Amino acid sequence: MSSNMIIGQYVPGNSVIHHLDPRTKITIIFFFVLIVFFANSVMSYGLLTVFSLGSALSTRIPVKYLVKGLTPVWFLILFTFILHLFVTKEGTVLFSILTLDVYSGGLIQGLSLSLRFFLLILVTSLLTLTTTPIAITDAIEDMLGPLKKFRFPVHELALMMSISLRFIPTLMQETEKISKAQASRGVDFKTGPIKDRVKAIVPLLVPLFVSAFKRAEELAMAMEARGYQGGEGRSKLRKLQISRLDIYSFIVFGLVIFGLFLTRS
Amino acid sequence: MDITFQDVSYIYQPNSPFEFRALEDISFHIPSGSFVAVIGHTGSGKSTLIQHLNGLVRPTNGEVIVGSHSMKAGEKTKDLKDLREKVGVVFQYPEHQLFEENVEKDIGFGPLNFGVKEEEIKRRTREAIQAVQLPEELLDRSPFDLSGGQMRRVAIAGVLAMSPDVLVLDEPTAGLDPRGQREIMEMFHRLHKEKRLTTVLVTHSMEDALRYADHVIILNHGKKFMEGQPKEVFVNEKELREVQLDVPEVIQFLNKLEQRLGKKVPYHGQTITQLAKELAAVVKGREAHE
Repeated sequence: MSSNMIIGQYVPGNSVIHHLDPRTKITIIFFFVLIVFFANSVMSYGLLTVFSLGSALSTRIPVKYLVKGLTPVWFLILFTFILHLFVTKEGTVLFSILTLDVYSGGLIQGLSLSLRFFLLILVTSLLTLTTTPIAITDAIEDMLGPLKKFRFPVHELALMMSISLRFIPTLMQETEKISKAQASRGVDFKTGPIKDRVKAIVPLLVPLFVSAFKRAEELAMAMEARGYQGGEGRSKLRKLQISRLDIYSFIVFGLVIFGLFLTRS
Repeated sequence: MDITFQDVSYIYQPNSPFEFRALEDISFHIPSGSFVAVIGHTGSGKSTLIQHLNGLVRPTNGEVIVGSHSMKAGEKTKDLKDLREKVGVVFQYPEHQLFEENVEKDIGFGPLNFGVKEEEIKRRTREAIQAVQLPEELLDRSPFDLSGGQMRRVAIAGVLAMSPDVLVLDEPTAGLDPRGQREIMEMFHRLHKEKRLTTVLVTHSMEDALRYADHVIILNHGKKFMEGQPKEVFVNEKELREVQLDVPEVIQFLNKLEQRLGKKVPYHGQTITQLAKELAAVVKGREAHE
């Protein structure tokens, strides 16, 4: 697995964006995803690009790390661009490569779509880059709060989310440990025909499931022993609080939306 | 099989913000047939070191030679499978690797992977289950129905059935009751002598190291801190305390005795009975002077 994949990875920091309330971040990103599709002029794209790059830079996560981390995404963006460049047949012919004509419409379409794609990925990955998984879960629980009125198990859902997030690294470690033990007993995960390699997963998966179930049972027992009984009347260690920073960021984002509709053609 | 480490270094995730030097310039030689204890506190690089022995990790620098196999930094290792058949590794909590529907199949899993014939697997399975002192009736049971101690023994039998020349043990007795610990260690010691194995034991127990090993390697922060015969290494109580290690009780006792009575009784690997006689002689001698 590539270790420089940054989607879903949290990078600790001390920037403004790190300090924002996770609910603010989720709300802004939600609306950003919507308004990206309203941009249709050079100016409006420019505005959104400045906003996203500005936010990315303000997190003080090294640019090199961001660029490298989006490697698999670069490929998709390039692919989108090339596809549109050759497939869209609108406007005037600019030039032709071999027998393929490249139209001006295709160039514009390709550029704007890949830019949209890039902005979407960049801004959404800022959420997970600057927010711990636990904070995201807390925010989701809080934002889904109103659904409790309809007997929707919001707290249980959030608990399930945070437990599964918590155990991802543990299970990864466990996987590595067991695969090493089985490799020592002669299992070959890396070479040989596909059929053998698929079969080699069994000695890995069975112990992994056994230990996952055992862990779940132990966790349930530990929770019960400490008197856990659901969300009713439970106080929080980390209380979500809207601060001045959040209000400022909503104002900035509001201005961006306002500017977007002014610059649209 | 002889084992040689030449200036071996190992770095986790090199050239990244998470770079970590697990081993630094480790060199040593283990002659065939020795019983070596590798000691160090948590995070000293013991586990990384033993993973070099069967090619689970390759050195970032330097060379590891096990028998006729050589693993050099930057080179691909040939015959990895052959190496893994000859070097059996019992990992920490080996019962976590059990997966087959019955004990017999699980013990036979290793040999099957290495292409051992069916008849021979049957023979080795029985031999292995006897070696770990479990009744043969267990062979038909599911490994998940056994007790923790029995599971541990089955997992160990699974490694023994590969009939390795080198046996690598990573804290094989962790989490067992005292009697189980004693039995398992005695079993490894017996196998070591009977089958003329080369044994590498990673342990926290100084008592085990003193009792079974004929060579001790002490690691500290990925570097070799000390090496030698147990009776030479363990007398350096002060140095060992500095790297957060204890010395065996016998030596602690002798050092305290020297402080209290001012009499030095040198330790040279004598048994408890022998030591008692020597002590008696020393104490009586003192009384005689008074």
